[in-house]
Amino acid sequence: MATSFKKAVKISQKNLLGIQDLSISDINVILDDAKQFISLNKSKNKKLDILRGKTQINLFFEPSTRTQSSFELAGKRLGADVMSMNIVNSAIKKGETLIDTAMTLNAMHPDIIVIRHQDSGACNLLSQKVNCAVINAGDGRREHPTQALLDALTIIDRKKKIQGLKIAICGDILHSRVARSNIYLLNMLGAELNIVAPSNLMPKDIDKLGVNKFSDMKKGLKDCDIVMMLRLQNERMTSSFLSSNREYYEYYGLTPDKLSYAKDDALIMHPGPMNRGIEIDTKLADDINKSVIKEQVELGVAVRMACLKIFCE
Amino acid sequence: MKKKYFLNANILDPYNSIEEIGGLIIDEEGKIEAIGKKVNKNNIPSREKFIDLKEKYIFPGLVDMRVFVGEPGYEYKENFRTLSNAALAGGVTSVVTMPNTSPVVDNVSIVDFIKRRGRDKSKINIYPTASLTKNLEGTNMTEFGLLQKKGIVGFTDGTQTIQNTRLMSRIMRSAYDLNSLVMQHAEDYELAKNGMVNDGIIATQLGLHGIPDLAEKIIIERDLSLLEDFNCRYHISQISSSKSVDTIERKKDIVNFTTGVSINNLSLNENDVGDFRTFLKLSPPLRTEEDRISLIKAINKDLIDVIVSDHKPEDEESKRLTFSQAAAGASGIETLLPLALELFHNDSIKLFKLIKLLTSNPAKILKINKGNLSVGNDADLCIVDIYKPWIVKKEKIVSKSKNTSIDDKKLQGQVLSTFVKGEELFKI
Repeated sequence: MATSFKKAVKISQKNLLGIQDLSISDINVILDDAKQFISLNKSKNKKLDILRGKTQINLFFEPSTRTQSSFELAGKRLGADVMSMNIVNSAIKKGETLIDTAMTLNAMHPDIIVIRHQDSGACNLLSQKVNCAVINAGDGRREHPTQALLDALTIIDRKKKIQGLKIAICGDILHSRVARSNIYLLNMLGAELNIVAPSNLMPKDIDKLGVNKFSDMKKGLKDCDIVMMLRLQNERMTSSFLSSNREYYEYYGLTPDKLSYAKDDALIMHPGPMNRGIEIDTKLADDINKSVIKEQVELGVAVRMACLKIFCE
Repeated sequence: MKKKYFLNANILDPYNSIEEIGGLIIDEEGKIEAIGKKVNKNNIPSREKFIDLKEKYIFPGLVDMRVFVGEPGYEYKENFRTLSNAALAGGVTSVVTMPNTSPVVDNVSIVDFIKRRGRDKSKINIYPTASLTKNLEGTNMTEFGLLQKKGIVGFTDGTQTIQNTRLMSRIMRSAYDLNSLVMQHAEDYELAKNGMVNDGIIATQLGLHGIPDLAEKIIIERDLSLLEDFNCRYHISQISSSKSVDTIERKKDIVNFTTGVSINNLSLNENDVGDFRTFLKLSPPLRTEEDRISLIKAINKDLIDVIVSDHKPEDEESKRLTFSQAAAGASGIETLLPLALELFHNDSIKLFKLIKLLTSNPAKILKINKGNLSVGNDADLCIVDIYKPWIVKKEKIVSKSKNTSIDDKKLQGQVLSTFVKGEELFKI
């Protein structure tokens, strides 16, 4: 590659645990850095050596397709040695605690650990016990910072800005770390946020985070520039939150009719994986004029390359 | 035992309405021989040595109504010996132990064991409770009558709540027949399911399951409604929210019951959980600052009768986990009094009232002759410098488990020495 890659600017945090810890300038540093990788990822030769000699460990306690492969590819394209721990065959299954796992891995001198865990705050605990940088790839229902960053990058790529946009985040907000990270990030960048969910899936006091609450989807989508749909996380639901998927689709699924309340040029986003026919109409999901779902995945690699690069230094 | 003479102390004994500067004499048997302003240098034998306690306070030894001890089953967290040392360091001379042990205190032979261990290993007075239901399962009642005869002072499932309304009504009827004290930890299981912190903005931000204040209120409402029909000695172990205070205020004139509160809920709020501090994972959870203030107001309106430490020792391994995996509870018996004194220093609660809620009130509920400085009674007391500043340090905690909720907190007021039956068993 002939392109000269910018040296990363100093960032205020050692770890990327959540959007809450970042400043606006931190976010802009990451997003600016990510932009340069977008074209690289489309080119023939995708390999760089920025992270040559660095070791990246992916520690995924929860199943994941896109996030794990995205981080793995990102690390490899930057030239890092990437190791993805297989939790099923690891000592964790033998009862090892997170702290002991952390200390074991730490002894192998990695430069960066990417962790996904079912417990909120697990990455914070890990970061206290290791010397290297920690990137949160999703902890419980708390935060999923790289997802929010790639969502922001996608929006900027299409709309050229975030300031002043009206963005609706719809669906299972209660169980969603993506919603929380996006609320912090998009709020900081000056968007107006409408949160749309049935009351049973609305977290307590969410309006204190500076968002508008709606249980009527049509009202919530009115004049929106972006409609971000979330996956209904049935696996996290311990008791009856909803009567049925059919009723949910009727009232909270994104259909052409409900979408018509948003602006004509509104874009549809979804962090995936999708439940087609439950939270989103399958044709809308695939509508290349409206849906940017595939672009989100594509830019995800770029954002994660930027994060790995910045936090490895 | 030699006679002991204390002079010029600020004596505070809510049971006898004593609040004056004076002296106290402990006789050869370890009983209180005389107390009050009439005890001065002029009327003690001139050859006797006396201790001048100018500007220091004498309180009755504290009665802590909610204490978890690890015996039997969890000796590695706390045993009777370590518990009594921790208690003495905090001026506590009588404790009510919870039945959440392994095996559970639910039958007569376990009570014998506990009594024996308490007598042999502990230097303080141990008042054991037994469980309301066998093995804390919430289905079958224990033998209130037989257990009482063995010295059980009250019945509670400790950290558990009786969910079954019919069973609760039957427990109340039996307790009425046998004049037993029933103590309920109020939490609706379904509403509190998987909950770890107060249900509110902190739970939302930390991504943790919340425990709504309604979970507590609903059980209190239910129990107080049952109590109207099945009147027994009933005590709500701890309340944590303004909603519960409102309920109690409404019911106070209709039925007889008493209420406790943990010093944690009086002194801390949900913001203290901060960055997933597992030592502040408590049950009931720390709630909002408004809730905390409502609890203080409730004390000043006599709606709350008792302050407890809710001393729950947990070893390092139970806390070095993610927030959702970590055990709930904090070690707090030795900081109960100093933390309570903070509420005096910041003008929240009068000193007399604080000491009343820590001594004579719990003794009255338990029907035990403790928590007072009456002449002829065992000299269980503590000498306190209520102005002495100090900093809580985890590594200096006397309890076997160091899970204090207030590590590094600056406090004012420290116990200088503690006496049980006239013997000085702790000295700083």
